[in-house]
Amino acid sequence: MTAELLRLDGVSQHYGTGATSVTALAGVDLTVHAGELVAVMGASGSGKSTLLAAAGGLTTPTSGEVIVEGIYLSEAKPADVARLRRRTLGFVFQDFNLIPTLTARENVSLPLELDGWKARKVRTAANDALASVELTDRADHFPDDLSGGQQQRVAIARAVVGPRSLILADEPTGALDSETGDVVLRMLRGRVDSGAGGILVTHDARHAAWADRIVFLRDGRVVDESTVDPIESLLTGADDR
Amino acid sequence: MSVKHSLLAILDQGPAYGYQLKAEFDRRTGSTWPLNVGQTYSTLERLERDGLVIKGETDAEGHQFYEITETGHDAVRGWLGTPVERGRITRDELAIKLALAATLPGVDITAVVQVQRRASLANLQTLTRTKYAGGDADGPEELAWQLVVDNLIFQAEAEVRWLDHVESRLRRFESRAMPVQDAAKLPRRGRPTASADGPTERPAATRGARR
Repeated sequence: MTAELLRLDGVSQHYGTGATSVTALAGVDLTVHAGELVAVMGASGSGKSTLLAAAGGLTTPTSGEVIVEGIYLSEAKPADVARLRRRTLGFVFQDFNLIPTLTARENVSLPLELDGWKARKVRTAANDALASVELTDRADHFPDDLSGGQQQRVAIARAVVGPRSLILADEPTGALDSETGDVVLRMLRGRVDSGAGGILVTHDARHAAWADRIVFLRDGRVVDESTVDPIESLLTGADDR
Repeated sequence: MSVKHSLLAILDQGPAYGYQLKAEFDRRTGSTWPLNVGQTYSTLERLERDGLVIKGETDAEGHQFYEITETGHDAVRGWLGTPVERGRITRDELAIKLALAATLPGVDITAVVQVQRRASLANLQTLTRTKYAGGDADGPEELAWQLVVDNLIFQAEAEVRWLDHVESRLRRFESRAMPVQDAAKLPRRGRPTASADGPTERPAATRGARR
């Protein structure tokens, strides 16, 4: 049994009170192990993004527990949660928010520099992250010199730079064409295969298919799961070749 | 799938013998379309009969080479320049099944959709893993195989997207159940019974009676 990286235990999230109260999540249980990529699918408003925000400690659930690497977020000190976000969690969102006066490599290096890493280690890790999204040749370009898709990939590299063990991605391939989108998913898959865990929120079946397990949300509840047997799929793959 | 045109297109590159053609075909399609040697030879015979190829030399090992003719060359150009026609009328079991399930009273169509979605996604997962396991294409043969897998991936994706669409349409269409019509009210059609009096061919005017 591999290490449990994340556990959501009966997580509910309500917004507002009384008659105008909205339930975004209604008692969600979800576990992500090391080496496992879990896709979350569901229609708009089904609670996908709320689930991701709760998993990353960006919001505090109305009830239930979120446990990241054994730490109960409800009991953790703010500094501990901040450290988890800085070192353990990698958030991949759709918005870029790159700093225009920094090159691609400097943008990617920023989280590690803020965390007090040594310059040489920062450079190596930033180069690795840029290589993983196939942007090595753009490392010294400023955001203005990059296409929208390249900027998004820089943002993704920044989100996953360093040894992050839990990657939380919300529609990470939004502005990318299908080929470049595959680069990003391949990178996510690679990180997970080398020991990280991940949640991929998406409405796109082709992206969800990169996951080991697909969880379906409807009205804030997990209504179904789809898994693929890795052994069987490898055998099928070998047959097809 | 036109095996005939595929083999002809390969022959357009130069003379080849039967097994060689089969090997080239496999190499260029990622061995995803099973083609046996017997089929290759029978196709070559038909191509020869139709004047698209002629028998050429025989080599020391006894391989019979075939050469493309001018007519054959034109046929290849015509084939590459013509779109593949697909049937317009659906024979897709899934579409028909869901159309029926959507209108039959008492059927939990959401559950039917979800059962299918789970299966379609599992299929998509397997295809994606197969492709991922292949790594980056580092040669034209690998590329050819990946293009075929991509085609299956996009088809599977389209199916899941259609299922999403079905679900959201159904959600907005509350009164979709359609009870089975009373037989007595139906226009008389179908096979006559043994005691039927005379021809039962209905005049065209009754066609609209269902509406």
